[in-house]
Amino acid sequence: MKTYTLEELEQIACTIRKDIISMLETAGSGHSAGPMGLADVFTALYFSVLKHDPKNPDWDERDILVLSNGHCVPVRYAAMAEAGYFSKTELQTLRQLGSRLQGHPERTKLPGLETTSGPLGCGLSQAIGMALGLRLNKQLHRWIYVVMGDGELDEGNNWEAAMLASKYDLHNIVGIIDRNNIQIDGPTESVVPLEDLRLKWEAFGWHVLEIDGNDIEAIIDACAMARAIVEKPVMIIAHTIPGKGVDFMEYDFHWHGVAPNHEQAMKALHELRTLQGRIRSEHE
Amino acid sequence: MSKPELYLAKYLSKDVEMVPIRKGFGEGLKKAGELDDRVVALCADLTESVQMHLFRDSFPDRFFEVGIAEQNLVTVGSGLAAMGKIPFVGSYAAFNPGRNWEQIRTTVCLNNQPVKIIGGHAGLYTGEDGATHQALEDIALMRVLPNMVVVVPGDSVEAEKATLAIAKEKRPCYLRLARIASPVFTTKDTPFEIGKAYVLESGRDITIIATGTMTHPALMAADKLFKDGIDAEVVHVPTIKPIDAITICESAKKTGAVITIEEHQIAGGLGGAVAEVLAEECPTPMRRMGIKDRFGESGHPDELLEHFGLTAKNIIVTAHELLTSIGKQ
Repeated sequence: MKTYTLEELEQIACTIRKDIISMLETAGSGHSAGPMGLADVFTALYFSVLKHDPKNPDWDERDILVLSNGHCVPVRYAAMAEAGYFSKTELQTLRQLGSRLQGHPERTKLPGLETTSGPLGCGLSQAIGMALGLRLNKQLHRWIYVVMGDGELDEGNNWEAAMLASKYDLHNIVGIIDRNNIQIDGPTESVVPLEDLRLKWEAFGWHVLEIDGNDIEAIIDACAMARAIVEKPVMIIAHTIPGKGVDFMEYDFHWHGVAPNHEQAMKALHELRTLQGRIRSEHE
Repeated sequence: MSKPELYLAKYLSKDVEMVPIRKGFGEGLKKAGELDDRVVALCADLTESVQMHLFRDSFPDRFFEVGIAEQNLVTVGSGLAAMGKIPFVGSYAAFNPGRNWEQIRTTVCLNNQPVKIIGGHAGLYTGEDGATHQALEDIALMRVLPNMVVVVPGDSVEAEKATLAIAKEKRPCYLRLARIASPVFTTKDTPFEIGKAYVLESGRDITIIATGTMTHPALMAADKLFKDGIDAEVVHVPTIKPIDAITICESAKKTGAVITIEEHQIAGGLGGAVAEVLAEECPTPMRRMGIKDRFGESGHPDELLEHFGLTAKNIIVTAHELLTSIGKQ
């Protein structure tokens, strides 16, 4: 697998953000804030952390990436296309009749998706089943990464899973919580307070790492550290900015579940192009 | 075309063997585990109740106790299936699929993973525990899900065969089990195939279509009706989905009158499924016996069956009423 420089990774993240804006504008509906905020996490995963083969998505030595908060799938589609799983032109079919890129991800439709998700709170428990299966298959060298939303931690299924993972000592699971503090009805702490999140996961028997989830280097480092911790399953709380990269989307929960119109998309793409120039000059 | 030999037990005898249907499942699961090491089992704190202890004791590394967490039960099962396993996930039907239906819909059916949902203690046979624990809606819940196969064995011997059959089936499956001992009317030689209904008694005046624990009373009723001069046909339907429309229609066309009976709501269960087939393919006067839009209650199962009108005696009364209403007697 190719090793990328930090500048290259930052440029890839920016390209993924532009693709997200463009595909959501074409689709005319979908979620903007979460996928934009997660672009750095998905860049780190697909271009540095994961052992995978875009030309052989079912490779039986691959690491597994479970996307629990399925509504953020545009970032996964964009990262997969960038990594070479399928052609970038297919991104423009998002949410259209007959497309492999369903509004919420369906495993049976697109090779490379590990689960079907959208209804929230079920990714971690499926990862536990996978980890138990890998143990029986004597494949403990394969890692399972689970990207979860913070809002979806309202779902009880997550906490059932949290208890079971520590019971079975499943240290080959690495959870990544997208801590962007927003959900549809508003800030997470006003909908149903989640804090103290770190203490909650620690109390459930997990080792917790907290990072800047928009810092690609920090994400890669945290995943490396998570793999080195064999005593417990690891939860990375990745603090991200919802809508990251587009000024008028950042921090605004109203962008959780809407797509940009043409004018907004043009403005967003302009900002992202400027950002790419800035990344170039910063690394010169 | 000659009918296959059914090798039924002497089901009319007073000494008919009484065994809980769930016991046949427990023995079948252990055998399935011996035949295929991909078979794994998960339970939600009801291991002996659902009869998974035989498997647990034989294959401790392939058994997972998830605690009282049915949503986790089925989603962990989905993850195991994703790694090539054949997971049997067991609890009471009131919770599995009662509590975790959406997880079954998304992570098992839409995701098309071959998880086997085991619904124990279904129906009035649950008895004294009362309405909360008597699942009377589970067949309907599972029957509406694309990709799902729904199996309701009639006795413990058939339950064992059904368990081995669903282990080999590549689709998601639901298996419904009853708690207390019920008459064993099949033998180890009786055929069982997913998707097949079986004509256990041939007749020409009326068809009684039954599933699960209600097939034995249907056979008893047919015997008594014969003595009254009514030649009843008994069709046993252990697979509710996919339903054997051919066998059902052949029988309905022959007799011109159909009764269904089940230990389940008549809406959406066997009665609903048969009514759908008949309405579209061979409209036939029918009566649906079962639970009629109400909940169960505490009591001994025999008392409950009497209370809710699900005995051989009730079938006889319904048969006379239906035949009178269509001018056949």
